[in-house]
Amino acid sequence: MSTTEAEVDSLRAEALEALARAGNEAEQEAWRANWLGRKDGRLTLRLRGLKDAAPEQRAALGKSLNQLKTTLEYELEARRESARADALAALSADAALDVSLPGRPQSLGRLHPVTQTMNDCIDAFAEMGFRVFEGPEVEWSRYNFDAVRIPDDHPARDMWDTIWIDTLIEGERQLLLRTHTSPNQIRVMEQSEPPVRVIVPGKCYRQEATDATHEWMLTQIEGLAVDEGVRMSDLKGTLYAFARRIFGGDRQIIFHHSYFPFVEPGVEMAIDCFICRADGSDCRTCQGTGWIEILGAGMVHPEIIENAGYDSSKYTGFAFGVGIERVAMLRWGIEDIRHFYQNDLRFLRQF
Amino acid sequence: MKLPLSWLRDYVDIDLPPGEFAKRVTDAIAEVEGWEVIGEHWDPELVRVAEVLAVDPHPNADRLVLATVNVGEGPRTVVCGAPNVAAGQKIAFATEGAMLVDGHTGKLSRLKLRAIRGVDSAGMVLSEKELGLSDDHEGILVLPQDCAIGAPLVEAIGDVVFDVSTWANRADLLGILGFAREVAAITGQPLREPDRSYSQSDRRADEFVSVTIEAPDLCRRFTASIIEGIELRPSPPWMQQRLMRAGMRPINNVVDVTNYVMLETGQPLHAFDYDLVRGAEIRPRRARPGETLTTLDDVERELDPDMLMICDGDGPVAVAGIMGGGNSEVSESTSTVLLEVANFHPGSIRRTSTQLRLRSEASLRFEKGIGPDLAPYAQERALHLLELVASGRPAAGLVDSFPTPLPSPRITLPAARIEQVLGIVIDSAEVRRILSALGFDVTESRDVFEVTPPFWRPDVALPDDIIEELIRVHGYEKLPTTVLRGALPEAQPRPLERVREQVRSHAAGLGFHEVISYTLTSGEVLSRVVAPDDEDRAKPVAAANPVASQHTYLRTSLRGSLLATYAANRHHEDAAMRLFEVGVEYLPTEADLPHERPVLCAVLGGQRLERWERPGPERLDFFDAKGAVEALLDDLGVEGAFTPEEEYALLAGHTAAISVGEEAVGVVAQVHPDVAASFDIEEPVFLVELWFEPLTRALPERPDYAPPSRYPEARRDLALLVPAATPASALLEVIRSHRARGVSISADVFDEYRGEGVPAGQKSLALALRFQAGDRTLGEKDVVRIEQGLLRRLEQDLGATLRA
Repeated sequence: MSTTEAEVDSLRAEALEALARAGNEAEQEAWRANWLGRKDGRLTLRLRGLKDAAPEQRAALGKSLNQLKTTLEYELEARRESARADALAALSADAALDVSLPGRPQSLGRLHPVTQTMNDCIDAFAEMGFRVFEGPEVEWSRYNFDAVRIPDDHPARDMWDTIWIDTLIEGERQLLLRTHTSPNQIRVMEQSEPPVRVIVPGKCYRQEATDATHEWMLTQIEGLAVDEGVRMSDLKGTLYAFARRIFGGDRQIIFHHSYFPFVEPGVEMAIDCFICRADGSDCRTCQGTGWIEILGAGMVHPEIIENAGYDSSKYTGFAFGVGIERVAMLRWGIEDIRHFYQNDLRFLRQF
Repeated sequence: MKLPLSWLRDYVDIDLPPGEFAKRVTDAIAEVEGWEVIGEHWDPELVRVAEVLAVDPHPNADRLVLATVNVGEGPRTVVCGAPNVAAGQKIAFATEGAMLVDGHTGKLSRLKLRAIRGVDSAGMVLSEKELGLSDDHEGILVLPQDCAIGAPLVEAIGDVVFDVSTWANRADLLGILGFAREVAAITGQPLREPDRSYSQSDRRADEFVSVTIEAPDLCRRFTASIIEGIELRPSPPWMQQRLMRAGMRPINNVVDVTNYVMLETGQPLHAFDYDLVRGAEIRPRRARPGETLTTLDDVERELDPDMLMICDGDGPVAVAGIMGGGNSEVSESTSTVLLEVANFHPGSIRRTSTQLRLRSEASLRFEKGIGPDLAPYAQERALHLLELVASGRPAAGLVDSFPTPLPSPRITLPAARIEQVLGIVIDSAEVRRILSALGFDVTESRDVFEVTPPFWRPDVALPDDIIEELIRVHGYEKLPTTVLRGALPEAQPRPLERVREQVRSHAAGLGFHEVISYTLTSGEVLSRVVAPDDEDRAKPVAAANPVASQHTYLRTSLRGSLLATYAANRHHEDAAMRLFEVGVEYLPTEADLPHERPVLCAVLGGQRLERWERPGPERLDFFDAKGAVEALLDDLGVEGAFTPEEEYALLAGHTAAISVGEEAVGVVAQVHPDVAASFDIEEPVFLVELWFEPLTRALPERPDYAPPSRYPEARRDLALLVPAATPASALLEVIRSHRARGVSISADVFDEYRGEGVPAGQKSLALALRFQAGDRTLGEKDVVRIEQGLLRRLEQDLGATLRA
């Protein structure tokens, strides 16, 4: 098919008019097939018909048709572009979301606050080179008491009200629920040679009535470092780093005198009250003293060092025990220890 | 222990305010738990000491009297209703405007004077209740005679009573004198010891009584004194006041002196009526089988041969160190007292008091260990006081039986040890100052201290015990913070704990809330979830003295705890719940510690939350539980196999055993609805349990790894008809094992369908297949050929046919 210049002009007019009417993507695609389709597009056919045109017109006509093709391709692209812009504008305007609607609920679980606190404590000590060790919750009385210098007839036993296991072994009650993690000092030293640097996390049990600050099941972390040259100032430094890591970088600590049969000297550690900052108020957390007791500690008693088969004139050590619930209560301002093991999701979800 | 500041000041000067004093004491001596200020509200101008000059009847009332009192400004008349007011007394006197406790309401209010039955009153004579000292409103408070007329009452009897918690190894701190000695050491003040002088009569004590210790292992020392001419009466007000401040009830002057000296020195004493001691002899000995004694609290005690008795010529008169017997008690007819001050084996006292369930102020002190030389000290002090307050005439000398006096221990403390333990040097002058102030004898030569502890400190036996004395008085604030030096210990691999912690944190990541529940439960709860024939679990370990009956048994399964927690939360949770706990099952082991078997137990169920623009099944189901297991295992780098299982408390047909390789590692199931209902769960609830020991064994040392292929994989979806009983896993197993010339085939099931279009007895499983060659891009023809081979295999092995 041959074409004249006049026809080219009218083709242009017709095509552009049709393109203006092609409002959506499908119509634009149909328009493209109609005009520019590779097999039988109307312009494609005209271009293919150039070979039939008179030789003297072929060059000029070819130029016009190719110009038309470029124009149509350009216009199609422009048309598509504006249609996309219109659609996006409509998406932003007409289909705008109510962003105040609730998000699609994801199922989100959490670790128990005692676990979280324990993990943080473990991390704090692990940074200082302490390894984790675990021991049994049901323990021999000889490990829980006798081996840590609390013989049967010693009043220090009153410091730990004990839940005993009903089973008799060789006619005696020898098993109990460990009252503290301290028997693991012995277990660790039995199994290893210095240097020892361990922490022992775990549950402990006390035969006592529960109230806002007492639970019969509790969680402790025990620390033990034994080596040549371990000093009480190292104990203070270790606990200082721990206190700052857990309770804030501006914490101060103090030691005061205490008694635990398995350490000598024995101390309690307190941190300065970060609630009232010792402003002299009637602070519930520190009872106005400005100091909050956190843990008991001391230098491992030389008899315990000797019983482990170490030379107490050469090796010294320190030990400490932290109540995890107490740390958690202080961190989050939890008022009643009994929340921890009630497992009310309304409580657990807050941590 | 109650520590009245006024009493403490007898022995040492203290001018610190209560808060500062409490802090110093807590830092170095013992923990001050609080303090009570006595006289906080007594206005020094309005509440003062007065003397009663005369008592006359009230003209208009039988029960009232008119007391004439002198508060230093001449006689004044007050109306008084107290039965005990008498001329010559020193009393507490309040004038208009004083803050007092209202006798009726118990609240603080300001005194307003008014005429009573027509007589004007110049003030008020006060009872203990009105002063806030006690609830006693029966009579007026009679003050010690040495109170000065007109003095502010707060100066005369105001006080601060500290509540102090002392240590299990320090009997000396249960004596106010012992405490004062420590205070003197930390404040640098001198110590004033109490007066122990007394006069002695012509007769010797050993003419009255002999002492024979028959059990020297239990009774280390026994001293006896004799006091004649005792006039039994109430002890004087000052002594009564001190006893009450320290928390003891006044009885009579003799008993009060024994209590007073015990509170003062920490050494218990016991007074017998000498005339009731049979045979004029005392024999501390073990109880004989079947012997009994009725103690002062009127309880008949059955004794056994491990218990030490104080006996006279006929039998027991006291349980040694714990409580006296009623048969020799001091009473109004007593004129001669035999005063026992003895020293007993601490462990024996503790065993006996535990066995008799009888704790006394005496036993609490003896069991902590008292130095034997405190006995004569306390004797002397008591004799001084008995002479003073009971008009007693001490016989000369003590009867003192002390079979094997031990030499004072000498402790060698090298100065270097101080630095080795503490990390600081305490110079030798400071060492000597501290130890001397605490009563230790110390000599030094060539950087070695030779130290002898005082007799009241039997707890000090080792060099490190002395180091504690040094640092607590020197001040822990002087200890620097240093960093541990030296090599780190080798790390021990802890694969199980690593897996456990990974699973724990991943379970939370999957939407499960971690719970921690009590590990002791009831037999009844356990029986709901544990099969009666489960050898390991049906006979749990029991506590002998549980805190409550519902916490008697160490749980052999976590399932009951989780289901109970689920049910409790269901009361306030509408949406789906996912809970888990990581804990141990305590499985009994013959004559050994139970096996603490670590497990994860999870429960889930309930209605999904509303989902915006997204449909989904309404409730969590078995496959949510299984999906969680698969995710947890995938996280560990392994794949589980799930096979039908039947287990107690779980719903048959909805229970799968989980295995990894050869190891059975857990179970996933719907909890049997009857069991769920027994926990008050009325909806389908699902359970997952993973067992960390086999799971850890099943994990490969290194997870499988293959580099991602450079060639694209080919994907085909197809639906197969298989017999309804054929598990999907069988199909997947065949596909996984199918080999086709270096092409690996993997498959996922994405639908199961039964019903219209599927013949009866069959089901349709829709599979997404992926074909992957390691060395080329698979063409259409390759895929078709491999697929046809696979289909033939599936038909042969499982009777599967392509669904049209």
